[in-house]
Amino acid sequence: MKDSKSRLEGKIAKHIATLPRSGIRDFFELVNAMDDDVISLGIGEPDFATPWHIRESAIYSIERGHTSYTSNLGLLSLRKEIARYLAQDYGIEYNPVNECIITVGVSEALDILIRAITEPGDEIIYHEPCYVSYAAEIVMAGGVPVAVNTREENNFALDPEDFRKAITSKTKAILLNFPCNPTGASLSMEQKKQIADIAIEHDLIVISDEIYSELTYNERTPTIASLPGMKERTVFLHGFSKAFAMTGFRLGYACGPAELIEAMMKIHQYSMLCASIIAQEAGEEALKNGMREMLKMKAEYQERRNVITKRLNEMGLKCVTPSGAFYAFPNITSTGLSSKDFATRLLCEGKVAVVPGTAFGKCGEGYVRCAYAASMSDIYTAMDRIEKFLLTI
Amino acid sequence: MRKNILRLLGENARISFREIAERLNISENEAMEIVGEMEGEGIIKGYKVIIDEKAVADNVVRAIIQVKVRPEREGGFNNIAKRLSRFPEVSSLYLVSGGYDLQLEVQGETLHEVATFVSSKLATIDGVISTATHFLLKKYKESGRILHDEDEYERLKITP
Repeated sequence: MKDSKSRLEGKIAKHIATLPRSGIRDFFELVNAMDDDVISLGIGEPDFATPWHIRESAIYSIERGHTSYTSNLGLLSLRKEIARYLAQDYGIEYNPVNECIITVGVSEALDILIRAITEPGDEIIYHEPCYVSYAAEIVMAGGVPVAVNTREENNFALDPEDFRKAITSKTKAILLNFPCNPTGASLSMEQKKQIADIAIEHDLIVISDEIYSELTYNERTPTIASLPGMKERTVFLHGFSKAFAMTGFRLGYACGPAELIEAMMKIHQYSMLCASIIAQEAGEEALKNGMREMLKMKAEYQERRNVITKRLNEMGLKCVTPSGAFYAFPNITSTGLSSKDFATRLLCEGKVAVVPGTAFGKCGEGYVRCAYAASMSDIYTAMDRIEKFLLTI
Repeated sequence: MRKNILRLLGENARISFREIAERLNISENEAMEIVGEMEGEGIIKGYKVIIDEKAVADNVVRAIIQVKVRPEREGGFNNIAKRLSRFPEVSSLYLVSGGYDLQLEVQGETLHEVATFVSSKLATIDGVISTATHFLLKKYKESGRILHDEDEYERLKITP
């Protein structure tokens, strides 16, 4: 038994065998073993069901028998709708015919883009703490992930100078994710301009994962893709999961220079074929008629953010006010505990699940992620429990 | 700010001033003041509870009644509508467009009580041309709240 196990393990590709599994996974198993009384602030997806009119349009697709493959790039009608939406709300124009590809979630868009541009040894710069997939995606594509830390004193925005210092002759691209999971940080216009200038100076590709962009609580600055000289080197990644509460539909997209979209399309064509037509038709409905519901959800998130940051700060867990997404990233060093110990003890003793900051990169030590995509009553109860827990340590 | 507070009260009239304040980033006193102002100005007319009447022992019978009326030369529908609204049996009353003029919601303890109200009080009023009574059989949604049970759906407890 043991022999056959190690024999099979020996057959697993080395770069996968040595790839650590996500820190979230370990914590997930711990939480799952707990009883039901735990309140989870560990969920990185909207607690709302998809708005009914979108669900209803998916049902209608099935009723009409729209159950086939679509073009590899995705339904042209959806790509046109995306182009219209981006032109109107983001001030950037893409040709829906050859500058847009529909993917299975923004995760797939990121994966095929990184695979399309990465040659062995190519370096891709990204910022930490960040979404758990970035470094792994780069490694799986044969590239070298180069992490740049973001810091609390900058409200977790990427300091353009830190980015510049990380560039080497092997750097191929920089990957940005603002508003950021897990910090809720955004970039100012000035920071975007400086990052854009550095990218142009070093001829780098810019990957901008803007999955949380609708959930920006202050005024939203234009996407970095819209700055002068940037459209031709930027791939804008987006999707429907967060703003329209459509995580289970698995629907995302990439917009960018036609050559890159064509390269991504080849990988997509041979691996995924296309995103589900049912999801695509639902996505069209979301963009056409979903703005009101989306703004309602956004207003609710914003109010939860106000509550959670106020309460965390009041109880002595210093917390930068997140400007986007639905995560608060409080500093827990005042407790003297490590992120992992804090999260584990809070789970077992305080019955609240948060994710240790270290799941999002080494520099997440000293922080935990509290997702406020939970009902207001759960947030209140969770805050009361955390406050009580703090008195016991 | 008023609009935001009204939205929150519309969703849950029992929300605390503290929660209103924390959600909207204002002080508790400000929240109290603004609500007080709106009560004073008659923008907030009252606070209502949504009840699952099945669960309450007392029987309640409700009906929607469509009423056609003859408008008056002076005052149009107003006088008759005001008059009807004084009956305690009438829980709501609207002037509507379409095939009839006034829509009333009437409630009583028994079918008979409601029917008697319609035939003896409502239909006999000068200016009422006709009535059509629709007894409510089951409530699925009221004041934006879905009242039928939906299965609980459990999400993963931790996701990236």
